[in-house]
Amino acid sequence: MAVQQTLMALNGDEAVAYAVKQCDVDFVAAFPITPQTIIVEKFSEFVANGEVNTEFVRVESEHSALSACIGAAAAGGRAFTATAANGLQLMNEICYIASSLRLPIVMAIVNRAPSGPINIHTDHSDSMNVRDAGWIQLYTEDAQEAYDTTIQAFKIAERHDVLLPVMVMLDGFLISHTLQNVYLLPDEAVREFLGGPRKPPKIKLFGREVELALKTLAMGQPVPVTMGPLDLWDYYFEHKRQQFEAFKNAKKAIKEVNEEYAKISGRKYGNGLVHPFWTEDADIVVACMGSTAGTVRHVLRELRKEGEKIGLLRIRSFRPFPYEDVMEHLSGAKAVIVFDRSVDMGAQGAPLFVEIRSALYDLDERPFVYDYVYGLGGRDMPPSLIKAAIRDAKEAMSRKERFVKKYWGVRE
Amino acid sequence: MSEKKLPGWKEIPIAGVPFKSSLEYKTGDWRTFKPVRDESKCTKCLLCWVYCPEGAIKWDGENLTIDYDYCKGCGICAQECPAKAIEMVVE
Repeated sequence: MAVQQTLMALNGDEAVAYAVKQCDVDFVAAFPITPQTIIVEKFSEFVANGEVNTEFVRVESEHSALSACIGAAAAGGRAFTATAANGLQLMNEICYIASSLRLPIVMAIVNRAPSGPINIHTDHSDSMNVRDAGWIQLYTEDAQEAYDTTIQAFKIAERHDVLLPVMVMLDGFLISHTLQNVYLLPDEAVREFLGGPRKPPKIKLFGREVELALKTLAMGQPVPVTMGPLDLWDYYFEHKRQQFEAFKNAKKAIKEVNEEYAKISGRKYGNGLVHPFWTEDADIVVACMGSTAGTVRHVLRELRKEGEKIGLLRIRSFRPFPYEDVMEHLSGAKAVIVFDRSVDMGAQGAPLFVEIRSALYDLDERPFVYDYVYGLGGRDMPPSLIKAAIRDAKEAMSRKERFVKKYWGVRE
Repeated sequence: MSEKKLPGWKEIPIAGVPFKSSLEYKTGDWRTFKPVRDESKCTKCLLCWVYCPEGAIKWDGENLTIDYDYCKGCGICAQECPAKAIEMVVE
């Protein structure tokens, strides 16, 4: 039974700020960058009004923002930051450190095209740049999901069988600055869902049970813990292997948290990893991430009325990549149209295409998989362009074309 | 690299937390050049003892010794020795 919720008109950034407020975050450090600014701007209001009990640090760069979050999380706290594009690129080095120290930091990424030429509009190339940095990556479709996913992110990240940082992605402007009716859970429900403050796990050290946190002996640690020292050929590989294992567990965690959250909120996003629509009987399935999924759904509703068997598979979790679910949902299709909102400089295809086509390789009967790179730098993807892509893909299918790569919506 | 069998990924703590004392981490095996002291030239001025970044030069009040378990072979002692009593020799 879902709890009573409050309806508020919020944009995506504000929705994330409200989620962070309800998650009783101990520490926030952030540097403003469009289109992420509203998140920390709104959150700083909560701090100024005394509505949260959070240490808020204004830092001089994104590199420092994430570094400060590492310090807070290593001390055992719950930490949050947010950034976009160039800010995320400046954080790149620290992203890898946060994940290798197994710190469950949550970061909102408001997707924006990386410079240059300088651009502030949406494009997934920024978060794709850190897809192998050891962070869970969840792509949301609207402000409501951005709110829900931020709360879920802390729960997933802090699970002792996961302990990985999580990036929550929302499309710049299309989600971040667009006002939407958002249902907010009561504070108490969120607190109960997260189970109170963060609890770091225990590890075995020098024959003792020690909390995995940088706490002094005076704070009750039996022996001091060191985090982040030199780790060479003798142990580095083993530590990476542990991270790979955590990603396996993360798939289970994302699914379970999606179910648990549905119980209190009444909202559920597919199985948490993928969000399918009409894929069971579909001859053609569109695969995409982020806000475009909403537009695709609108188009498909129309096409379904005309009797066309077309489905949509929205990938919600890009890391870990749910290849089993992708296989399951796309195995019956004759063709898959992948809409990729990121660059593919010199690659065979853009990131989502490469993952999906690879996932389907082991099928006995493989569908055609076509790559449509669209919307770079915030270029609009209206229903007409989606319909045109489907038409284009059908023609390619009729010619039995194997490799179709289109830059969709670019002027020749 | 040590010959003895090292523990696997399931056995060691996560997050790269060191689970051994640094005393057990013999950094001397990083060395390419080894400092060798000529007792006859040494004036026991102890500048090598002062400069050694690893604390690998020991002074007991009478004798100077080099702890090769931790000496990384940087050569600072040989560079600083005013009596030219330390020679860096290929291992």
